[in-house]
Amino acid sequence: MARIKGRLGRIAAVTVAGALAVTLAACSSGGGGGAAAPADIPATGTDDGSTLTLWTRAPLEKQAKLLVEAYNASHENQVDLTVVPNDDYVAKVGAAAGANGLPDLFAADIVYAPNWASQGLWKDITTQIDGLEYKDDLNKGHLAAGTVDDKEYVVPFVLDLSMLFWNKELFKEAGLDPEKAPANLEEFADAAKKIQALNKPGTYGTATGLNCGGCLVFTWFPSVWADGDQVLSDDGLESLLNSDTAKKVYDTWKDLYDSGAVLPSSTDEAGPTWTAGFTEGKVGLQFYPATLLSSTPFDAGVSGIPGPEGGQSTFVGGDGIGISKDSEKSAQAWNFLSWLTSEDAQVGVLAKNGDAVARGDLASNQYSEADPRLVTINEVAAEGQTPLALNFQQAFNAPSSPWLTLVRNAVLDGGGSVDADNDEITAVLSQ
Amino acid sequence: MSSNAIKTRTAPVRRRSAQQRAEGWRGWLFAAPTAVIVVVLFVVPLLLVFQMSASDWPLLGGNKGLNVPENFTDAVANRFFWNAVGFTLLYTVITTVILLGLALGLALLVQESTRWKGFLRTAILIPSALGLASASLLFYVLYSPIAGPFAGLMNDLGFTFLGTPEGALWSTVFLIVWRYAGFYMLLMLVGLQAIPDEVYEAARIDGASRWQTFRSVTVPLLKPTIAMTMVLCITGSLLAFEQFYILTKGGPDNSTITVVQLIYSVAFQGPNNLGVAAALSVIVLAALVVINIAQIRVFNDKEPK
Repeated sequence: MARIKGRLGRIAAVTVAGALAVTLAACSSGGGGGAAAPADIPATGTDDGSTLTLWTRAPLEKQAKLLVEAYNASHENQVDLTVVPNDDYVAKVGAAAGANGLPDLFAADIVYAPNWASQGLWKDITTQIDGLEYKDDLNKGHLAAGTVDDKEYVVPFVLDLSMLFWNKELFKEAGLDPEKAPANLEEFADAAKKIQALNKPGTYGTATGLNCGGCLVFTWFPSVWADGDQVLSDDGLESLLNSDTAKKVYDTWKDLYDSGAVLPSSTDEAGPTWTAGFTEGKVGLQFYPATLLSSTPFDAGVSGIPGPEGGQSTFVGGDGIGISKDSEKSAQAWNFLSWLTSEDAQVGVLAKNGDAVARGDLASNQYSEADPRLVTINEVAAEGQTPLALNFQQAFNAPSSPWLTLVRNAVLDGGGSVDADNDEITAVLSQ
Repeated sequence: MSSNAIKTRTAPVRRRSAQQRAEGWRGWLFAAPTAVIVVVLFVVPLLLVFQMSASDWPLLGGNKGLNVPENFTDAVANRFFWNAVGFTLLYTVITTVILLGLALGLALLVQESTRWKGFLRTAILIPSALGLASASLLFYVLYSPIAGPFAGLMNDLGFTFLGTPEGALWSTVFLIVWRYAGFYMLLMLVGLQAIPDEVYEAARIDGASRWQTFRSVTVPLLKPTIAMTMVLCITGSLLAFEQFYILTKGGPDNSTITVVQLIYSVAFQGPNNLGVAAALSVIVLAALVVINIAQIRVFNDKEPK
């Protein structure tokens, strides 16, 4: 009996938690963007010793903690940080949004920002953002993702860029130049195969997350951009992932996979451990998140992600952050956001930790001078892109997304269904 | 009952009815705690789900008004709906056959063996003490091609437990059998012990073989127990969620999506549409009611009255 009750109970609980939460809020927000924050907020907000709550997701925990610690140490206001597991974040925000229980500040995977902004989860802070004297230097991809109908809701929280990382030690062993990045996707594949040919037990050429839509978006889109192609139409309603360039990318990976140069666990990797192999020094080179630069214990080279023909690009991912519709401390919350975009936070916290800065004018700073890899990262960031689509999660990140079907068919199976699978992505995007 | 009582006892009407009213109140008072729990935790949520299933209700946007029958047509038109139904039924048949067969076998074994009875019973029952989610996590690590103890073996043989649709299905079935065999064995054991020894004695005197005894004595007398465990097992399997959510996330290649998982993913992983998710829940609820009524009918018909 316990089993039935337990299960029925849980299903009821899942549906009901949402239901209860949402009913309470049913009368509040509608679509079409959130309300504007009060106009009388001072340029740098208010620092009066209030306590602010902030939610973010686990992959950016390290950066979020450093930022919050630095802010709390230098301000009267105190930020109370909650880190939520990546997979639970949307559900948690959804339930809180329904119950009018969102924290003062919350971050979102930047690819979800267009959807969340249009659902009205953040306050309109156009006036405040436009008041920043360095607004034009803020990362354009992030700002664009958080702009709906010319109203701005989001500033960059932490930038996460996908870069090509290579293990210099393994490069040397394989007779490759450890100081030179593979210039195109073909050279990338060659390097992976050469490292595989070392036949070191437990060491593989490259790795990826073939069952992780988010990882694949993050690391494979840049190869398409690098050759000047696009992955989505401008309105985000149509998928262009069956272009010749995209097909070349799939073919390269299929060839790599068939040759055995891809870490075997990559086949079913759904995300949690997709970077582990490289971090442990078991993988020669990988398209990898730049936020992990400071956690990479050995000497690694860094460059932009190459395309089939050369060129390089990156996925400007990471999180954007805004003031929630439920916050009653907009002025204090803006104080955090204006500090976040200041030189103190960008250089003093993020660059110091080896992360990309969200402001072009700070791309070269005292820390990047010490580590030329940071200059590379900041420079490639300027060439990178953030894809915009309302149904991004369903089309790409969800475990059952059509994008995952496309990649798995193209790489693990014979291929040949790219066009049909691409239509399926378009069908979801245009819903 | 109470109305009969009032009708038959005509003489001291006033006193009786007053007393009865008091008793009625007391009865309500006793029932109130349960009634409140049932209403708050079952009736209200159920009504909410019905309301939700009839409304356009995005996760992040709240109730946006009526949306019938679009929610239901959308639910059925979901590109994973029929796959999920098919997979859930397949999974239910496999687990029910294996679990009940194994549970009956284990129960007979435990009942027959005298020396090791206590040890066997405990050993088989211990996995039931573990929550299903914890058990799934345990097996996630066991099956992991990176962290698991069989990682080396998997590497050498070039296969992974969760890498193919069949592998993922059977790996999950193994987990469920490991987790629930003890529980169902216990239920079977209770049923077995309720069969009086005299019947077996009579069978022995009549010269019945073990197999004959099993077929003509044990199985018919165990029928109510089998019916109950079957209802439990089928309902539980049709509502399978945790094990697949943790072990396979519906993969590989969307081959292991169960109906409840589909509900979860429609609500929280992508479409974020509570209306359609609730419509799916209502469909599942209706299907479960029909299936359970059918099962109870079948077993009742066969029983001698």
